Amino acid sequence: MPRVTFPHMGESYRTFKMLMNDLGNEVVLPPRPSKRTLDHGVRHAPEFACFPFKILMGTYVETCLLGAEIIVTSGGVGPCRAGQYGQLHKKILLDLGYPVDIIVFEPPRLHPIDFLRNIQRLNPNRMSYRAVWDCIKRAWQKLIALDETEKITHVVRPREIVTGSTTRIYRKVLEWIDRSHSAKEIEEAHSSAVEAIKSVEQDPERKVLKVGLVGEIYVLLEPASNLEIEETLGNLGVEVERSMFLTGWTRENTFSETHETISVKDAAMPYIPLCIGGHGMESVGHTVVYAKRGFDGVIQLAPFTCIPEIVARTILTSVSKEHGIPVLTFFLDEQTGKAGMSTRLEAFVDLMKRKKWQDELPEHNAVKKGQ
Amino acid sequence: MKAYLGIDVGSVSTNIVVQDEAGKIHAGIYLRTMGRPIDALLTGMREVGACIPPDLEIAGAGATGSGRYLAGVMIDADVIKNEITAHAVAASMLVPDVQTVLEIGGQDSKIIIMRNGIVTDFAMNTVCAAGTGSFLDQQASRLNIPITDFGELAHSSGAPVRIAGRCTVFAESDMIHKQQMGHRLPDIINGLCEALVRNYLNNVGKGKEILSPVVFQGGVAANKGIKAAFERCLNLTVIVPEYHNIMGAIGVAQLAKEEVQKTGCTKFKGFHITGLSYRTGSFECGGCPNACEIAEIYEGDRVIGRWGARCQRWDIIN
Repeated sequence: MPRVTFPHMGESYRTFKMLMNDLGNEVVLPPRPSKRTLDHGVRHAPEFACFPFKILMGTYVETCLLGAEIIVTSGGVGPCRAGQYGQLHKKILLDLGYPVDIIVFEPPRLHPIDFLRNIQRLNPNRMSYRAVWDCIKRAWQKLIALDETEKITHVVRPREIVTGSTTRIYRKVLEWIDRSHSAKEIEEAHSSAVEAIKSVEQDPERKVLKVGLVGEIYVLLEPASNLEIEETLGNLGVEVERSMFLTGWTRENTFSETHETISVKDAAMPYIPLCIGGHGMESVGHTVVYAKRGFDGVIQLAPFTCIPEIVARTILTSVSKEHGIPVLTFFLDEQTGKAGMSTRLEAFVDLMKRKKWQDELPEHNAVKKGQ
Repeated sequence: MKAYLGIDVGSVSTNIVVQDEAGKIHAGIYLRTMGRPIDALLTGMREVGACIPPDLEIAGAGATGSGRYLAGVMIDADVIKNEITAHAVAASMLVPDVQTVLEIGGQDSKIIIMRNGIVTDFAMNTVCAAGTGSFLDQQASRLNIPITDFGELAHSSGAPVRIAGRCTVFAESDMIHKQQMGHRLPDIINGLCEALVRNYLNNVGKGKEILSPVVFQGGVAANKGIKAAFERCLNLTVIVPEYHNIMGAIGVAQLAKEEVQKTGCTKFKGFHITGLSYRTGSFECGGCPNACEIAEIYEGDRVIGRWGARCQRWDIIN
């Protein structure tokens, strides 16, 4: 049985584990990115490569050490260097002496034959296309269950009465989803997970701010790479809506563009009229959409040196002004010190609170008294 | 008489103020943190304890700065606030209609935009410490000039030399080049001041609407060369408040006053903490692959604070 691995991106590994197993592969689970991952990544990656490259590099080395033979990853479209990362990772791993192969999935919409060929390479038992399709369908269902469950934690966490209770339940229900296998089991696990999180004791009266998260996909989806910003914001009493989920991204790159992405692109049009690679256009578009939906602020997450996000950041300054929505940008790199981020987040939350509930806050009055 | 204690434990300096109800400063201490925040804080507290009049009662205490949580648990602060809010509060206490706050400290530089007394926008330097006090410090010691003379020297320059300001490494090699070419030291230093201001405005101040009155605070505000460079660049008058280097502490003292008005009494432990022994330690948690680096602080044998955990495992239960 080929030993297969893949990048660690939030909780999505639970889906890929099931899919790869079902197709008849042995799975080497990627560990959650840690200090050790970064040590490997920084050591073997080019210094100027971006943070996601380094984390993936580290993850691959870790899984190669555990005996992985095939790495499955995704490619990319547009002028972002991430599109070439699979090939570069492979070269580096071969140089290091790991006899590994990398299968890069490009959007099937653009490369259908390539897609089928890749699927066959991960189908050692030569299951029928129909059976493979069935496995993919269930994996998709599980991915949706994971994403939907996570979305609910973003709503519940800022309202929880006991700090940390949402996260605790969330960890538990993830295991339920993880264990489910048949379509029926996944459906049941999904609905009981949602129920369990909704039943966390909440304060319905609490005033909660609403913030949209935009930026580059990897640092958005992998909490280990963004210092758990969603959890931190939740604990500060902020409801987070993330602009990107793996299900959403896959949908628009696999089948056809969804209604939502089209409206995001429309919203970005006056600022960025063409694809600049990565998610630069989406970052701008989502910010406009969040502003129109009445959000209190937007936070942009970007890997240090990420060109599409640097372009977006520059443009977000005028989006922020024209749409009257505060925007805060974080450039993420290998630093693990959280102090800088929490200072900025706290100050940002203070700013949004004052903007929203001007006369009810003591600090505001403290400032005003000076006048 | 009632007074409020404000503590700002920053990367480079630790500042402590005691301010009475009317806003009068009874003690304002600026100490170098020198990488030892606990020692700096204890030394500062000892000095403050010794110099305030005996009839002054500390009715509230607040902590800010990057070491605010550490300071907060050591003194039992009533309020622990980020530096941005603290600086904004202090600026508008001293210059009520302030619209722009430029703040350059040791590791951080920030800009705060205020309208009608409310913070409407802010930015902080991101991954790079170029254009902050630490870099000036480092250059002063390389040139063997006391940092306090830096501003005067820049002021005496006739013609600034152009220095690259984007990155401290570029700036330093540019400065060395210019110095070996035979440019006068004051001109090079003045050039560095302009480079720093340029970097600040293009980086931190990018896209911000800088309107008068502009208040310039933080340790670097003591540098007349930088102030003059800001005025030239912005074409505006820049106000440097008297207590520019302890503004964070002033702001958080004010916030402590507000907090105590709400809660009714202070949690402040008192100046006797200077007699207690504090030590810190750190370890790597082995509970999961996150391998969080946990830092803890002990007061005597008792752990009073822990940081760095990503879960509740190391929370202190009182």
